[in-house]
Amino acid sequence: MELIQIVIILFALFAFSRVVIRVVKKELCQREFVFWSIIWVVVIAVALIPAITSFFAGLVGIRRGIDLAVYLGIVALFYLVFRLYVKMEKIESDITTVVRHIAAKKKK
Amino acid sequence: MGIWVVVPAYNEGKTVAGVIDDLHKHGYKSIIVVDDGSRDNTSGLAEAEGATVLRHITNRGQGAALKTGIDHALSQGAGIIVTFDADGQHMAEDISRLVEPVRLKKADAVLGSRFLLNQNNVPFIRRLFLKAGALLFRMLYGVKLTDSHNGLRALSRSAAERISIRSSGMEHASEIVEEIAKKQISYLEVPVTITYSDYTIRHGSIFHGFKILFKMLIKQFIR
Repeated sequence: MELIQIVIILFALFAFSRVVIRVVKKELCQREFVFWSIIWVVVIAVALIPAITSFFAGLVGIRRGIDLAVYLGIVALFYLVFRLYVKMEKIESDITTVVRHIAAKKKK
Repeated sequence: MGIWVVVPAYNEGKTVAGVIDDLHKHGYKSIIVVDDGSRDNTSGLAEAEGATVLRHITNRGQGAALKTGIDHALSQGAGIIVTFDADGQHMAEDISRLVEPVRLKKADAVLGSRFLLNQNNVPFIRRLFLKAGALLFRMLYGVKLTDSHNGLRALSRSAAERISIRSSGMEHASEIVEEIAKKQISYLEVPVTITYSDYTIRHGSIFHGFKILFKMLIKQFIR
């Protein structure tokens, strides 16, 4: 086993423990728990058996497993950023609504 | 008909008193200054000049300030609402030209244009962006304007009630035009004078122009 595999597995276990703590403290709901658990389990599985990525890469027509992992990672990041952007715009809009409400109330 | 002038202001302590004074001299008594979270004494100075002041506790953007001001004007029974900048770029004597078509029921929204008088002192980059914006308006909303970003406008009560400003920042100007197009509000452009000083030129930057154009285009896709 390579050093990188060990490091990744250790980190994934650590991250997963954080997830468990959040769920116990009720800061994460069940759906989120399942989502993040799957992510970290997949990370551990791929770190343990890197050949998994090669298998899927072969399926879709990419040569190296790591390339597939990177492409998917980037796509996922783009999507997450988009979601964050939309959420932020909504928060800004809500803050404005509150500030405007206060301004009108103070005038009464 | 009661004419109410809405003046959104952010850190315009240097010019707001002069602007209110200019408005008073031309007979406009119902003035609402919306202090958009200024860190200077804009509120105090405006109040001292006798304007009604509403204050946002944090800065939200000119669109939000305008909306707060317009809502208050409507609640006070305004018949015509005029939007006017706090930085001294606008001249109170132009207001009568804006208000007349509304009074005569010729249009519900009258927009000021700095290009109708063939002003030659418009900075080149500004002119470029404004013309690009006007072209975009024409393509996206079918609205023919010569000046796409002018804060001086007059709205009839019904237009003010129907136009919904949802954006907080500088894009509100484009949003107002879009609302006019979508809700089929009758509009006109009249010539107004924009006074450019070093102060106002520092305010508008190329970056702002790009941001606004970009946001306008994005909106079309997010729908």
